[in-house]
Amino acid sequence: MKCVFVTVGTTSFDDLIACVSAHDSLQIIQSLGYKDSLKEDLQKADLVISHAGAGSCLETLEKRKPLIVVINERLMNNHQLELAKQLHKDGHLFYCTCSMLPGLLQSMDLSTLNCFPPGQPEKFSAFLDKVVGLQK
Amino acid sequence: MGGALILAAAAGALALLLLAVRLWVVLSPRAPVPRRSLSLLVVAGSGGHTTEMLRLLENLSNAYSPRHYIVADTDEMSTHKINSFEQIRADRNPSATFPEYYVHRIPRSREVQQSWLSSVLTTLYSMWLSFPLTYRVKPDLVLCNGPGTCVPICISALLLGILGIKKVIIVYVESICRVEHLSLSGKILFHLSDYFIVQWPTLKEKYPKSVYLGRIV
Repeated sequence: MKCVFVTVGTTSFDDLIACVSAHDSLQIIQSLGYKDSLKEDLQKADLVISHAGAGSCLETLEKRKPLIVVINERLMNNHQLELAKQLHKDGHLFYCTCSMLPGLLQSMDLSTLNCFPPGQPEKFSAFLDKVVGLQK
Repeated sequence: MGGALILAAAAGALALLLLAVRLWVVLSPRAPVPRRSLSLLVVAGSGGHTTEMLRLLENLSNAYSPRHYIVADTDEMSTHKINSFEQIRADRNPSATFPEYYVHRIPRSREVQQSWLSSVLTTLYSMWLSFPLTYRVKPDLVLCNGPGTCVPICISALLLGILGIKKVIIVYVESICRVEHLSLSGKILFHLSDYFIVQWPTLKEKYPKSVYLGRIV
């Protein structure tokens, strides 16, 4: 499967990302035979190094892959840090800044990471059924 | 001249008082009305919000039908995700022959990083468009999880109650990303929703009136 790698290097180039992600561009890219999801890459990985995005973190943890989250220090007040910090506290991932990454890679022990239990949407539906008065 | 002004001020104050009383009545907890089905209005926000929302909906029974999804007009990805989700649902339940879901589009309340002032203006504009849509659908239940789009929708749902048209149950689920602090939508809707669900114990401690069911996505 062919893969398109779009990079903005160490700059920010939102227009590029926007126009590549636009529906028409994506359709053309797909029709040319490129893949639209990183699920396969994630499946094959033995270690994932990721930014602090919630989607990236959760998807990786659900696939039971060891995860290192690297914080983008230029994005202060980024609310997504809260989730990464909490997951780190709960022992599900490692967490560092770019400068700390080599040290962490050297010293980390992946076996200390805890399994990430799946969420329970059934608790939500049970709660909702009760409060809206749904009769079985 | 002075008399007319005083009269106008008095009328305004009375209207506000009436509004406050009606709001208080609408938001007061009441026993659930037993029912066999209910129509659902789901506010789908960009990216992660939609993914989380669809996970919440995964386990809902077919009694929650029809499902009306509201999507921001610039959000193609959410529409795609919703269609896939509903397709899987339809495959699992071939006996349902009528369309069980609809997708509606409204302008986004607020783009990411948009300034505060222009956010207020675009939110007012969204209200102008949300209310007719909410009025038309008259859902039994509104479900949302934090995108800016949900504030005008929830206020519209509240208005239906205030105007005596229909009592709409508003359920807000704060995103799993929110561990210690509520989102802006969360802060606004905490006081205006019937059930406010958080997914981390820290938030439950800070907001004791919220509902904590553990991690539900």
